[in-house]
Amino acid sequence: MSLFDGRKKDLKEEIESHLRMAAADRVAAGATPEDARIDAMREFGNMPLVADVTRERWGWLRMENLVQDLRYTWRTLKRDRGFAAVAILILALGIGANVVVFSVVNTVLLRPLPFDHSQELAWIAAGGNVGGLSDVTYRTDSYEAFRDHNQSFRAVSGFVPFRGTDFKLTGYGDPKPVAGVWVMADFLQTLGVEPMLGRNFMAQEALPGSASVALLTYPYWKTQFHGDQSIVGRSITLDNAPVTVVGVLPPSFDFGSVFAPGTRTDLLRAIHPYDVRNYGHMFSLVGRLKPGVTPAQAQAEASVLFPQMRDALKTQNWINDANTVITGLKEHVSGELRRSLIVLWCAVGMILLIACVNLSNLLMARAAGRSKEFAMRTALGAGRGRIVRQLLTESLVLSTAGALLGLGLAFAAVMYLAHQGSLALPLLSEVRIDGVSLLWTLAIAMVAAVLFGIVPAVRVSGINLQETLKDSGHGTSAGRKHERMRSTLVVSEIALACVLLVGAGLLLRSFMKVMDVDLGFQPSHTAALPIAFNANTDEQRGEVLHEMVRRVGDLPGVEATAFTDALPLDSNRSWGLQAKGRSYPPDWDNDIYVSVVSPGFFHAMGIRIVAGRDFAWTDAPKGRQVILINEATAKRDWPGQDPLGKIAVGVGPGESTVIGVVANVRESSVEKASSPQVFVPVTQSNDLAGQNLLVRSSLPLDSLAPSVMSTLRSMNPGQPATTFRTLDSVVDHSTSPRRFFAVLVGIFAGLGLLLASLGIYGVISYTVTRQTQEIGVRMALGATRERVQMVVIWRTLRMALIGIAVGTAASFAVAKTIITMLFVTEPTDPVTFVGMAVLLLGVAFVAGYFPARRAARIDPMVALRSE
Amino acid sequence: MAKSAYQNRVELVQGTLDMLVLKTLQWGEQHGYGISQAIRARSNDVLQVETGSLYPALHRLERAGWVSAEWKKSDANQRAKFYRITALGKKHLANDYERWGKMVATIEAIMSAKESAS
Repeated sequence: MSLFDGRKKDLKEEIESHLRMAAADRVAAGATPEDARIDAMREFGNMPLVADVTRERWGWLRMENLVQDLRYTWRTLKRDRGFAAVAILILALGIGANVVVFSVVNTVLLRPLPFDHSQELAWIAAGGNVGGLSDVTYRTDSYEAFRDHNQSFRAVSGFVPFRGTDFKLTGYGDPKPVAGVWVMADFLQTLGVEPMLGRNFMAQEALPGSASVALLTYPYWKTQFHGDQSIVGRSITLDNAPVTVVGVLPPSFDFGSVFAPGTRTDLLRAIHPYDVRNYGHMFSLVGRLKPGVTPAQAQAEASVLFPQMRDALKTQNWINDANTVITGLKEHVSGELRRSLIVLWCAVGMILLIACVNLSNLLMARAAGRSKEFAMRTALGAGRGRIVRQLLTESLVLSTAGALLGLGLAFAAVMYLAHQGSLALPLLSEVRIDGVSLLWTLAIAMVAAVLFGIVPAVRVSGINLQETLKDSGHGTSAGRKHERMRSTLVVSEIALACVLLVGAGLLLRSFMKVMDVDLGFQPSHTAALPIAFNANTDEQRGEVLHEMVRRVGDLPGVEATAFTDALPLDSNRSWGLQAKGRSYPPDWDNDIYVSVVSPGFFHAMGIRIVAGRDFAWTDAPKGRQVILINEATAKRDWPGQDPLGKIAVGVGPGESTVIGVVANVRESSVEKASSPQVFVPVTQSNDLAGQNLLVRSSLPLDSLAPSVMSTLRSMNPGQPATTFRTLDSVVDHSTSPRRFFAVLVGIFAGLGLLLASLGIYGVISYTVTRQTQEIGVRMALGATRERVQMVVIWRTLRMALIGIAVGTAASFAVAKTIITMLFVTEPTDPVTFVGMAVLLLGVAFVAGYFPARRAARIDPMVALRSE
Repeated sequence: MAKSAYQNRVELVQGTLDMLVLKTLQWGEQHGYGISQAIRARSNDVLQVETGSLYPALHRLERAGWVSAEWKKSDANQRAKFYRITALGKKHLANDYERWGKMVATIEAIMSAKESAS
C-alpha cells in the first residue's frame, strides 16, 4: 500500500535480527530463552520509537508520515461526522465568501483592463460642476484642437456616451431594437482591440457621405445572427438605411463593462467628428499615452494647453474643458469602487477570522475530549512533534475540504454575479475564478488551517502524560485555564461580529435613506417604451404624437400617457440657459439639463407643477417658444423673482418664455442634489435625445403591453418590438451599486453573527457538559434550578458584553474610514450602534439560553452517580 | 548491577558515534548488534550505544554513502543486515579522526595549563 512498505519490512527484520542475536548471546551465557528474549528487548528499548526515528533518516518520512496522518485523520473524522460537517461548512462559507470577493477585487482593482498595454490608456474628462455627461464630454472643436496640439498622447479617440433611442433592425422578422454606440473610427485601434472576424473601421469610412458601417459585438452576433460568419460584408437595415457589417468583435471586448456599466451594447458604428461639429458636447475621450509618459505629465500639459486653446479659439463653453482631468483609464473605471471593494474585502477577511476562531474553539473542545487518546499515543512512542503534526494534518484536511466546497459555492456566486447585466458596476461581467483566485483560495485555506489548528495543537501536545492518563480531568485547574482561553476566543469573535454589524448597519441605513429620497417624481406604476414614428415636419410630429398619446391614453387601464426624449436617472444631456438681459460673470456656468417632452408629461411622471401651466398641444412650432423650468433654475437665473413670463436665451435658436415652474427632480443621481433643468415642448423642438412613450397605469404593466404595442403598430408598422421599462427599474439601476454593496456587507454581517452565535453556543454548551458534576453538587447543596440557569446565562451575557464593548470601540474607528460611503448617516449613528448592541445581546442570550436550560434540568442524583 | 553499569556509562560526545561506527567497520563488515557489542567490548563496557542512536546513525551513514549494507548469514547462521565501510566512508573517517585529535589536544592544552601566577 505504501511507498515504503519494502523498506519498513526491511527495518523490522533488521531489528528482529538484532533481538535474536542479543537473545542468543544471553542463552549462551546461561539464561532461559524467555528471559533472554525479554532482557534483549528491554536492552533494545522502545522499538517503535527506534524504528520511527530511524525511518526519519530516510528523508522521505515526512511524506510517509503525512500519508499515515491523512489515513488516521480520515478515520477520526469519519467517526465524528457531525463535527466534520459543521467544521467544513463553516470553513466553506468563510473561504467561499473570500474567494468571491477576491475574484471581484482581482477583476476590478488588480487585473489590468482587457486591452493591449492597458496601462498606457488614459481617460480624458472635462471638469464641469453640474454633473451629468455634458459636463465631462467635449465638443468637436476642442477634441480636434487637443488631439492636434498635445505632446503626451500617441492617439486620442472617443465615443458618444449619450445613449439615444436604440436603432431599429428590420429584415429579420418584426422590427427589433438594437443598442448601438457611436465611436470614432480609430477608437478600437486606440484601445488595441482587433475584430475577431472581418476588419476594423477605416478612417475614410467615417468621412461625411461614406457608406455606413458597423461592427457587431460577439454576444449580439451569436444571438441575432447565430454566429453566422457570412454576415461579415453583408448589409443590414438599421433605421431603414443600409449598414454594412464589416466585422465581429472578440468575446473579450465588452464595451459596456468598461465604459457604460449595466447597459447592453449590440454594435458599434463609426461616427466622424465633422458630422457633429455643431452638436455641442458629444465625446468622451480616451487617449493612448506615448511610451514613458504618465497620466500626471499629460495632466500637467492639458492644464496649460486647454486654457491656451480656449483663448486662441474663442469658442463658447470652454469652461469645463479648461478644467480637464486626466486619469489612468483603469483608475477611472474602478476608482469609485476602490473603497467599497476594500471595505468588502476587509469584511470577508473578518468573516474568515471569525470562522477560524470558531473552529479553533471547536477543535479545542474536541482536543480536550481526546487528551487521553493523545496521552496514549505518546506513551506508545509518538513524539510531541508528531502529535502536533497529526493535529495540523487534521486542520489541513478540514480546511482543504472547506476550501473545495467554498470554491464550489464561490463558483456559483461568481457565475451569478457575472450575469447581473443590469448592475451598474464596471467589469462585473469579466469576473471569474481564474488561476490567481485559485492561488488565493489555496493561500487562505493554508493560513486558515494554521490559524485555527495551531492553538489547539500546541495546547494538546503540552498535556501532562501521567496526569491525563490517571485522571479524567474534570474541573481541574488546567481545565479552567483551557476555558479561559476559549472564552477569550469567543469574546474576540463577538467583537469582530460587532464591527461587521456596525459597518453593515451604517451602509444599510444609508441605503434606506437613499430609498427614502424624494425623487421629485413617482416611479411606481409607470413605464417607458421606446417608440418609432414618422414625421417630416414639426407640425406633423406634433400631430402624430398627439394622436399616439390620445389613442394609447384611451386604452382601458391607462391613467396617463406622454412623450419624453429622456428619463431621469437614465441618460441626460445639457444645453445652456441664461436669463435675458441679466449680466453674468465671465466664467459663469450656464449648463442646464434638458428634456424634450409632450403635454401631460408632468402628470404622467407625477412631477408637481409649482407655478404656471403645463405645455399644450397648441404650443405650435411657429408660435411663441415656451419652456418650463425647475425650481433650481428659477433660483439660479431669476433669484428672488417670479420667473413666470420671463425670457430665457440659449435654449433653441431664439428666445423662450418661461410658462411654468416644476418641482426639482433627481436627474443625474438619486444621491446628488438637483441641478437646473429645462423642459422644452416636443411640438416646438426636433432635437430629441431619444423617443419614449410614458404610460402610467393601475393595472400590471405587463398585461397592458400587448394592447399598447398593437396600437403603436397600427399607427406605425415600423414600430420595433420593444418591452416596457418600468421607472422603478430605472431607479433600481441607478441605486444598484449602493444596494449591491449594502446587501453584500449585510449578508457578510449576518454570516458573522451566525458564526459568533455558534461560537457562544459551543463554548457555553461545552462548559455545561464539563460541569455537570459540579452543577449536580450545587443543586444537591440547595441551589435552585433558576439560580443554575441564571449563572449560565449571566456567564454568556458577560462574554457578550465584553465583546460588544471591545467591538464598539473598534467600530468607532472603522466607521470613520467608511465615511465617504455613507449617505446622510453619521458614522456615529446612535440607532445603528444601539441596534447592533441589542441584536448581539439578544443573539448571545438565545445562544446561551439552551445550554442554560439543559444545565437547569440536570438531575443531581444522576450527575453525582455518573463517572 | 544494572545501576552501576548505567552510572559507568559515558554519554557519547556529539558526532563521535559516526566515527566509532566507521572505525568499527574498518575491522570488517558487521551488523548493528555486532557494532554495538564491539564498541561496548572495546570500551570495557564504558560506552553503551543506544539502539535509538545506532540505527538512525547507520541509516544516515548509508544515505550519505559512507557505508553500504547487505543481508547475509552471520557466523551463527543467522540472517542479518551487514554494513561495510565504503571508500568515501574511509576518507570521512580519516577526516573526522584528524579533527577529533586536534580537538582533544586543544582541550587537553586548556585543561592541563598551569595556572598563571596571579
